Amino acid sequence: MKILVYIQQDEGKINSVSLEALKGAQDIAAQTNGTVSALSFNADVCSQLAGYDVAEVLVVEDDNLNTFNPLFYLKALEDIAKAESPDIIVFGHTYEARDWAPRLSARLDIPFISDCIGFKNEDELTFIRSIYQGKFNSDSVVNNGAFIVSFQSGAFRVDGLQSGSADIRQVTVDLSGAGDSIAPEEKFQEAEQAIDLNQADVIVSVGRGIGKEENIELARELSKTLGGEIASSRPVVDAGWLESSRQVGSSGQTVSPKLYLALGISGAIQHIVGMKGSKNIVVINKDKNAPLFEIADYGVVGDIFEIVPKLTEKLQNA
Amino acid sequence: MKICVLIKQVPDKDSSLTIADDHLTLVENNITWVSNESDNYALEEALQLREKHGGEVIACTLGKDSARQVLKDALAKGADRGIFISDSSFESLDVLSLGKVFASTLEKENFDLIMSGLQSDDQGNSQLGLIIAELLNMSHGTLGMGTEIIDDSTIRLKKELEGGWFQWTKLSLPASISIQSGINSPRYATLKGIMMVKKKTVDEINASDVASRASASNITVKKLYVPDKTKETQFIEGSPDEISEQLVKLFKNDIKVLN
Repeated sequence: MKILVYIQQDEGKINSVSLEALKGAQDIAAQTNGTVSALSFNADVCSQLAGYDVAEVLVVEDDNLNTFNPLFYLKALEDIAKAESPDIIVFGHTYEARDWAPRLSARLDIPFISDCIGFKNEDELTFIRSIYQGKFNSDSVVNNGAFIVSFQSGAFRVDGLQSGSADIRQVTVDLSGAGDSIAPEEKFQEAEQAIDLNQADVIVSVGRGIGKEENIELARELSKTLGGEIASSRPVVDAGWLESSRQVGSSGQTVSPKLYLALGISGAIQHIVGMKGSKNIVVINKDKNAPLFEIADYGVVGDIFEIVPKLTEKLQNA
Repeated sequence: MKICVLIKQVPDKDSSLTIADDHLTLVENNITWVSNESDNYALEEALQLREKHGGEVIACTLGKDSARQVLKDALAKGADRGIFISDSSFESLDVLSLGKVFASTLEKENFDLIMSGLQSDDQGNSQLGLIIAELLNMSHGTLGMGTEIIDDSTIRLKKELEGGWFQWTKLSLPASISIQSGINSPRYATLKGIMMVKKKTVDEINASDVASRASASNITVKKLYVPDKTKETQFIEGSPDEISEQLVKLFKNDIKVLN
């Protein structure tokens, strides 16, 4: 099993989700008697990569690859896949990967199992995905031939990476036919970005279960009483009930407070990746099957509209 | 501007779902089916682009018979016509295979823009729009949080990146773009809109007539199951009063966040 891991880097720093995926690739290789190669489009990160237990580090140096443009990245990886013939191409499932890995699948005409949370090698190499908003898992296998797989943030732990010493090999690609129909501009942040939820010991976070905008006040009152910050999952921000800078999850902030109190949040994976590192997770939800209970330290199956006002009152009198 | 919006029918997020005895499918009789959430935002964005720049919005879905409903809903909200690709066994196919069916069906329409939600709330592959872009040689962009038509051959897409960052990207048309939830406020169907549905056409295509429809999937799903719990959860029970009492103690004595 020949495994090629694409290592995403952002301004010379290796993306942590890529490193986790590299650990996943090491684990697959260990169980299938395979080899791992790490591929980077930036020479600056190669010495770090060469310090891991990989067969070799491949590097492409081309000015067109300095910043992300899917067309150039696609052409580069297409050329490399054709030259190196990996059995598996591995990505960390980042927003950037979403913007080119599926297209690579179509270009190479090989299947892509995206956003996996793990793998197992029982009778055959099996990839685990989280589906239906975290309610279920599925086990998938590839029937034959090469394929692409991406691993979700948190699927593997970076501190488990095996170290080693690998050679770095320069590879060349021909980007002349990459096309020019996609032209990215400068990245920017919106001005309203102000609240740093990471400063808070307590976060009271609301989800779809809060029902309507007026009800946000209940949670706000509770968070004030606890000396914390109010936050939310994506649907609440989409509805315009809270500013987007208070969103926790893959498209918002990643937090790890002492107390994360989740009110009416079902627990889509996009939310979980942003808060699972919290020291204590307390979940109140009327649906006992809400996936967020899976990672809760303390759970209350109940009606937030009955419990939250009482809780606030008792805290104020405590 | 000729725009296609891809819409998937998925279980409502609040549906309680049960895995069937085959460990591969869901028990269907208690599922409420809806249009995929981010696809609704894609439809709204398409309707707004048409209102500003003229043209036509065509809603397209692939699925079993029940999926016709998402096209009716789209027509009621203002889409001009629908394309229904009927495929009762689509769930067994991997997304690349499905992408080939969409690509061959949509190719002859010569769309300027194909829009879809960023991912489905059931399988969440987050791949289809880019697969179609490759197969039909279109430009692409993902996680759109804003659109701007520059001229007849160019659109600008505001892409959402991670951690609160954004990036505008110029795309030559034709383009296939995915839309993030929250980009706009999706409209509801009006009574007039619902009345108009009957007058609009839905073209029906049987996936088995599409030459590129693979007979077998490249990926086999072996089973579905409820995830194992990774954490021991301590449940707090009682009346709202008792629960609140216990939570106060917990915050004070165990988690120590009360001063």
